[in-house]
Parts: sequence; structure tokens; C-alpha cells
Amino acid sequence: MKSERAREMELHARRKQAMAVLARAPAEHVHRLWSEAGFEVEARPLRGPETGLVTLRGRMGGGGAAFNVGEATVTRASVRLESGEIGHAYALGRDAEKVHIAAIVDALWQCTERRDAVEARIVAPLAAALDEADAKHEAETAATRVDFFTMVRGED
Amino acid sequence: MYVAVKGGETAIKNAHRLLADRRRGNRSVPALGLEQIVEQLGLAVDRVMAEGSLYDRELAALAIRQARGDMIEAIFLVRAYRTTMPRFGYSRPVDTGAMLVERRVSATYKDLPGGQVLGPTFDYTHRLLDPALAGDVSVEEPALREEEKQAMPRVSSILAQEGLIEDDGTMPPGHEPGDITRTPNEHPMERDQRLQALSRGDEGFLLALAYSTQRGYARSHPFVGEIRIGEVEVELDVAELPFPVTLGRVRLTECQMVNQFKGSLKAPPQFTRGYGLVFGQSERKAMAMSLVDRALRASELGEDVVAPAQDEEFVIAHSDNVQATGFVEHLKLPHYVDFQAELDLVRRMRCEYDEREQGQDTTEESREAAE
Amino acid sequence: METAANAVEGGFDDAVLAGQAAFRAQMDAMARPGTVQPVAPLTAPPGLLSAVAGSVALTLCDQDTPLWLDPRMQADGDVKAWLAFHCGAPLAHTPADAHFALVSSPGELIALENFAQGSQDYPDRSTTLILQVESLTGGEELALEGPGIKDRHTIAPKPMPRHFLAQWTQNNARFPRGVDLVLAGDDAVVCLPRTTRISRLES
Repeated sequence: MKSERAREMELHARRKQAMAVLARAPAEHVHRLWSEAGFEVEARPLRGPETGLVTLRGRMGGGGAAFNVGEATVTRASVRLESGEIGHAYALGRDAEKVHIAAIVDALWQCTERRDAVEARIVAPLAAALDEADAKHEAETAATRVDFFTMVRGED
Repeated sequence: MYVAVKGGETAIKNAHRLLADRRRGNRSVPALGLEQIVEQLGLAVDRVMAEGSLYDRELAALAIRQARGDMIEAIFLVRAYRTTMPRFGYSRPVDTGAMLVERRVSATYKDLPGGQVLGPTFDYTHRLLDPALAGDVSVEEPALREEEKQAMPRVSSILAQEGLIEDDGTMPPGHEPGDITRTPNEHPMERDQRLQALSRGDEGFLLALAYSTQRGYARSHPFVGEIRIGEVEVELDVAELPFPVTLGRVRLTECQMVNQFKGSLKAPPQFTRGYGLVFGQSERKAMAMSLVDRALRASELGEDVVAPAQDEEFVIAHSDNVQATGFVEHLKLPHYVDFQAELDLVRRMRCEYDEREQGQDTTEESREAAE
Repeated sequence: METAANAVEGGFDDAVLAGQAAFRAQMDAMARPGTVQPVAPLTAPPGLLSAVAGSVALTLCDQDTPLWLDPRMQADGDVKAWLAFHCGAPLAHTPADAHFALVSSPGELIALENFAQGSQDYPDRSTTLILQVESLTGGEELALEGPGIKDRHTIAPKPMPRHFLAQWTQNNARFPRGVDLVLAGDDAVVCLPRTTRISRLES
């Protein structure tokens, strides 16, 4: 039996993953799946959608001390459903509409009875499309890997 | 000195209208779309993002279009936009070791885990202009190679095993990374602030400095340990969530330069390192940055500072092309009163000079007469 | 920590317009020390934080301004979560690191000299203290003089920090260094910049 704490951690990890998928997914795909999913929901904005900057950090030498590389535009939104759930969303870029939808999706995801539907109708298809794009990208990159073969010179 | 001068409003208005016209050019040619710039002039977009210090492809494309392709003007526009935005925070440091790699090469090791992956490179092209690209040629789909995903550890971690290479570069515990956009520069700077300045520095300036180190001004015997280009995930800690939130992925170019070092009073013989990390795909800039980063570590490593690339104040104070263009280009603005004052001064000095010359002539004449 | 509802409710409805309205009031209050500038209750913060002090904080504080909270405020988890969500301001490690300070009990405040005073080169790098006062009237009558004040101005806020007049004289003596005060009342603010000279009103 899992402890309360372990269950909570697992839930956090799943929610983080769902939010990450929404953040990365192309806006038009999010829009389309959201309107197809047909969730009836009233969401009141608590903050945003608003666009600002996040300073991206790297590490010297790749793994050493942190330093600031530069900024990126980020849009965020927080909403509250009538049923009380509070949803948040953050994503690179300036697409307020996409981030607003993502915040509602995050709030819905927290309603236990709606989580499966949210996963099935929105998060899973977005994740599948992203994975497919990654796999294609990896295969294209792998085709440019150099296969060295050694020329034998002289004897022995 | 600047003096308010009235007049010129109509001229300025009409000049900007003319600028808009020239920017659009011949109306029978279709207008350039931002998508076209993002998709087909991607490396120009990357440069504007890197030196504008703002990761946003569409904004960089808009800036390029608005600036008529003048890159420094476009970078200026992006920098100006940045200053109008609120800031949500600092991301967690990105992990370039976990990069979704699109290119990765090493000049130091032929066989390394993950291999040499060329990616979309200009290397090995013949640099012959291709007349076919003048039209809309159909382009082949990329080749595919399905295989198990291979891990690509950073080369530095491979070299580190022998103890002959210095570590990644550390700062004292508890050190909060400096931010040159928040605190005025003071020299000497810490390495973290230098790296921030170099990351947004002018590619041409850094390239020239890097070249100078190769030609003997602060010779540093460099090898490319590794260059990698690809996407990394960005995470941000926020107050309202119990976990760092993922913002998405950004494309970065990283260069690990490895430098043979004969040792000094401060450090034993070993390989030292310079580091480059730049927004977008920008190999030349990342390489130049890593060479300059290494050169600027001269004092830290006990080397004599003898060359421009090792002079921190010289390099950092002049690497920002927005600052540089502002100061150089301001010279064309009216300096009428300034110049009048200088004119008066030069006239007076000339008068005094002429009088002195005449005085000397008379003395010489009288001396001659006496002889 | 999961966000409690009262940490995310009660921010500015329209961040731009509300922020500008509140900023205007504070700017006028700083420019004309001692004048009472009305601030609409544009926020509804939880716990100890008042609506006016909340509006001032949301207007002035952000990611780049470390914030110091007095011990009572510091102990109020709701206030901290609300400020973290709406301002994003990091908490200052010490008063000397603070760009702003939020004070719920001015009468128990530590000495002003503990806060950042700025440097001779950068006098702006000092702490601005936001004191949540019970009332802008009814306290000891103070006479104000200095830039932005024609002749003389009188205020009587309560409560004020202990030995306030003596502390303020020292603050004046540090000029151009020194702290500035924002007094947040029920529905208005009054500002005391470091340039203002304060004395007990002689009856």
C-alpha cells in the first residue's frame, strides 16, 4: 500500500507532466482538441493571461555554476472553476488564448471525476503528437551520424 | 551639448513615411510574411534572438522585417521591447547534457558515446552559389534512420575521468548569479556576468577577438571538445505550485573549448576550458564566445594579460552592439552648439599659433640681420 | 505546498489600470509629503495585510524587489502566499537587503537604521517602508517642512515607530542616504520622503 505522501508525489508528477505537454503543444492543436472535447465549464480569471519575461539560466561548462543567458517571453494564466479548483498554466511565447485554455485544463485535471476524460481527450493526444514529432526529429538527426570505418594500411 | 531646436517635424514625418514605403518596396512583389522569415531565414532570427537577448522567434522575425534586414537595428528593436515587459523570474539552469540533440561534433574524440552527428550544417558544402535556389525548388524530405536512442554525455565528463582537465567552473557556495541587466557593470567582473555579457555580445566583435587569440594575441591552443545544438527543456519555480513548472523547450548552441595549458604559478599543466552558450543555432558565435571566455580567464589562471582579448574591460565594455551603435550613431545628431564652441577654440588657438610663428620669423630675421 | 484559495484571490482585477491608479496616488503623495492621497481598495488581501497596503505592494513590488515583512506579517502564511503569487517578490534575508518593507505594527518596528540606507553613489538603493497605520489622524501632531511642502503641513498618524522624531532626525542627517516612508491608512496613503523635516507641533 502506498503512503499518503507517495500518492501525493505521484499525483504532482502526473500533473506536472500534463502541464508540460500543454506548454509545449502547438497552439492550434490545443485549440482544436479543446473545442472538440466539449467540456462545459465556467472559469473565472484570477491572474492574467499575461505575458512577461523569464531569464533563462545555463551552467558554466555545462554543469558548473549558474549564469544568466538571456530572457524568453512567457505567458501565464490562473483561473478558478465554479467548483473551486484553481488551475495554472505557463508557456513560452505570447499566446494568451492557448495559455488560458491550458489553465482551465489544469483546473479540470484536478477534479478527480474529470481527470480521465481530460487525459484522454486532450493531454494524451497532444503528448502523442509531440512524441511522434520528437521521434521523427531523432530519426532525421540519426541519419546524419558519421559511421567511421578504418582504412587498413600496410601489414598487420 | 544638446540644444532643443524646433522645426523639422514635417520632414521627420515624411522621412518615416518614405522609410515605410522603401521597406515595402515594389508593391507588385508579395509582402514578406513573418512565417516566411521564421521558417526560411531561421539563422537570422536566431542571431536577433541571441544578441537581442530575447527568445521569441516571431518577435525577432518582426524586428527583422521592421528593420529592413538591418540586423543591429532589429536587435535594438528587440532590446527595446524587452524593457517594457515585467519579469516573472529566473529559470532553473537548463541541462544541456539532456539536450534533444540535432547536431553534435567533437574535434578531440572520434569515437565518443552518441557519436558524431552532423545535423543541418554548412560544413562540407562547396560554398558554390546554387542557381536553383533562386526559384521555388522542391526539396527532398530528410533521410531517416530508425534506431535506439543513444545517450550523449558531454565530452567534458569523458575527459574529466583522467583528471587532466579542469572542472566545469564554480563560484563560491551561496553565490547568486550576477545579472548585468539589473546591476551596472563593475570591473573586474565575475565569470558568470562575463558569460551573460558574451552570450548577448556582437557576433562580429567576438569573432574578431577569437580570431586574434588564434593568431597569437593571447595564444590559447584551443580544440573544440564539443559543439552541440538542440532543444533543452526550461523549468521555472513558482510560488503557487509544489513543483517546478515546465515552460517548454528552447534551441541552444553550446561549445566546449578545450585549451592546452602549460601551467603557471597558480595552476598545474592541464587542459583548461572556455564555454559558449547561445540562443538558437549559432555555432560561430558559440565558438567565438568560448575562445573569448577562456582568454578572459587569464588572471584567474595566472597568465600575463598581454592581448586585447584578455582585457576584460576592453572586451565586455565594447561587446554590446546596441550600446556601441548608440554611441557611434549619436554623432550624427545635431551638435551645432558643440561645434560652434570648438570652432571658436580652434580659431583662437590658430591665431595664437600664427602670432607665435610670426614672432619667431621676426626674431630670426633680426638675428640674420645682426650677423 | 498547494496554493490555498485565499492566496490567489483578491489581486488587482485589471493589473494595468489599477496599478496606474495606485501608482498615481503614491507619486502624488511622495511629491507632496504629508498630503492625504485617496487609494481605492483595489485589492482584498488575506490576513493581516490591509487593502491599501496590499495595493501599494502590488504596485511597487515585483520579482526584482526583495521584501521584508515585520515579525507578525512574517508569521502570517496567507499573507506570504498572497504576496508570492501576486507580486512574486522574494523575501529579503535581512532588513538591509530589502527594497521594500511591509510593517503591520509600526509601534513595534525595529530601528530605521537597520534598513538599507543606499550608498553615497546610489542613494536610491535604500528601503521604502510601507507602514500600515490604524489611522491617519488622531495621533501626535507632527509638523512637516521641506521640498514639496509650501510653508508647513500637519499630520497626526498613529501608531508611529518608537522615538520616531529622534529616528527621523538621524534619517535626515544621513542625506542623501536614508529611508522613505509610505503610511497606508484605511483608504489613503501619506508619504514621508527622506527630504521632509519633521518636528513636534508646538501648540
